[in-house]
Amino acid sequence: MRIGNITDYLKKEIFPVPTRVMAFVGLAALVAFPLIMDQPHILRLMIMIFIFSIFAASWDLISAYTGQVVLGHALFFGVSAYTCAMLNTHFNMSPVMTIPIGAVVAVAAGLIAGFPALRLKGIYLGLTTMAMPVVLVAVIEYMRSYTGGEQGIIGIEQLATSRVHFYYIALLLMVVSIAVLMKITRSKIGLIFQAIRDDEIAARASGVNTTYYKLLSFSLSGLFAGLAGGLYAHFMRVIGPSVFEFSFSFEPIIWTIFGGGASIVGPVIGVFILLPVVEMLHVHLGDNATLIYYLILVIVVVFAPGGVLRLINRYTEKVCPECMTVNAFPRRQCRVCSAKLSAVNGE
Amino acid sequence: MFANIFVIGLLNGCVYALLAAGFSLLFSVARIVNLAYTAYWMIAAYIYLGMTLLGLPSWLAAAVSIILTIAMSLVFQRLLDPVKGNPMSVMILTLAIGVILQKSVSFVQDSVQGVYFQIVPSLIKGSTHILGVAVTYQYLLSLFVVLVILAALGMFLTKTRFGIAIRATSQDKQVAGLVGINEKAVANIVTGIAVGVAAIAGVVVSPLYVLEPWMWLQHLLVLMAVVIFGGLGSLKGSMIAAFIIAFIEAGVVFLLPSVGFLRSAIVMFIMIVVLLVRPRGLFGAMVEEH
Repeated sequence: MRIGNITDYLKKEIFPVPTRVMAFVGLAALVAFPLIMDQPHILRLMIMIFIFSIFAASWDLISAYTGQVVLGHALFFGVSAYTCAMLNTHFNMSPVMTIPIGAVVAVAAGLIAGFPALRLKGIYLGLTTMAMPVVLVAVIEYMRSYTGGEQGIIGIEQLATSRVHFYYIALLLMVVSIAVLMKITRSKIGLIFQAIRDDEIAARASGVNTTYYKLLSFSLSGLFAGLAGGLYAHFMRVIGPSVFEFSFSFEPIIWTIFGGGASIVGPVIGVFILLPVVEMLHVHLGDNATLIYYLILVIVVVFAPGGVLRLINRYTEKVCPECMTVNAFPRRQCRVCSAKLSAVNGE
Repeated sequence: MFANIFVIGLLNGCVYALLAAGFSLLFSVARIVNLAYTAYWMIAAYIYLGMTLLGLPSWLAAAVSIILTIAMSLVFQRLLDPVKGNPMSVMILTLAIGVILQKSVSFVQDSVQGVYFQIVPSLIKGSTHILGVAVTYQYLLSLFVVLVILAALGMFLTKTRFGIAIRATSQDKQVAGLVGINEKAVANIVTGIAVGVAAIAGVVVSPLYVLEPWMWLQHLLVLMAVVIFGGLGSLKGSMIAAFIIAFIEAGVVFLLPSVGFLRSAIVMFIMIVVLLVRPRGLFGAMVEEH
């Protein structure tokens, strides 16, 4: 019965849409990946990709979905990473305990950061959130005896004993996080988030408690960014004030814009493409890698403003104008309601 | 002590005010947040340094640097056209431009061996004492030039026909278009003026700093604090905020040397508090965001 349900679901919802087939195959490949590849540096790169996918998707939720411009997303990531590191090194708590606590602390940070969001909009909010990690770095450097100051914290316990083990934990957490985020954004809550982004006054006029939903978005975003931060701390085993740096806040934005914002999947695609590219460029070009990386970025943003995801979708899918079902590109009729599909997407 | 704070605060205040004026101008006319703005300042200083190292006389080096920087900014401005509707993409793009400029400088620096690319030679040597503080002539010259440009910019915007056209465009694009102002031309010229102002600041002030390719990011943060603090798009607000922030910075460094490294954090903290009390900054009420 359950097997039947799953095959039924695969047949009806996954296989008719090319991008879903790609995602399915990709996921299967990721599960099988450590069986055929055991080079530590490749596995390390993959684990980083998983961790940063969660991080990027959490930025997508707050900024691309809810429209609250956060330019200091490293705040949530770093707060959680530091919480984990400090609990682990000072109180010998196991990573199984510290990561959830770190995520909860990141939620608290999300609420604190979300507080100004109730009064500020657009670039003003962006700048306020951008200033927050700067303030926190100062606090960390001031409270040297607990936080290690500029040297940071070393000797954090590894979450898993082997790298393959960590790979599967990170993969599982990424898949679950992305699934939860997709579920949220495609539910009524997600609709309200988008309503707040598009027109906050109209949303409020329709009876939406925008204060509540904005804070909800901030805490959810903080939760997942915090999860990523905790994993990062227990994977790297070293944490320093660099996790609060400018570049750390901008990386998730770059991944999201590159992959395609307001889609949750877009940032993941962005991370999966850009992180290996950066790694490769660094191996071959050394210090000039960043230059090439940003040149690529400029070209993509200028020529594919909707991101890579939109580019793929445009050539592989058609959305039915009647029932909004996603169809494969060669179809002339919708696979659910048999409505006629236009020849060109979106027209 | 207080004389020190005054001297350092005054110079930094003037530089911040100049950069903030250019940035505000750019924002109010083009309605984009150009994160690459301080990178133009940095690149102008480096081009000037490069030209003097090639043996050009200072005035020629300065002219070449300013013209090249403006030309560069106009080219990059073209890149922004397709994504103008999306503020996030604009932000990423301008940030990317800034990083590209920074990395290009690093690249040149690394490929030219044996040349020390950090100290820009002063235009005039020597120093004097004012209020018991040793002040170099270069400092006085920089301060003088920056003040002159600030005054000229203010006069240009309030007294000339073109300046009034620029302000009209920043207040209402459609109506400005109706009375015959060529909005595109205004946008281009404003870009030129704003970047030109940054370039002049870079050239004149660079002998007082140790140059680093990444320093634009540090200045960007302070600049953003100044502009937001004063109210985005308000010239008067950014002038006042520039001096407030510069004096706070100098005050923290000199009065509390033990926490001197916290100076940008303290500025940021004050900015956050001000924004919570006045969400549009000190004088930002006149600019409505769309």
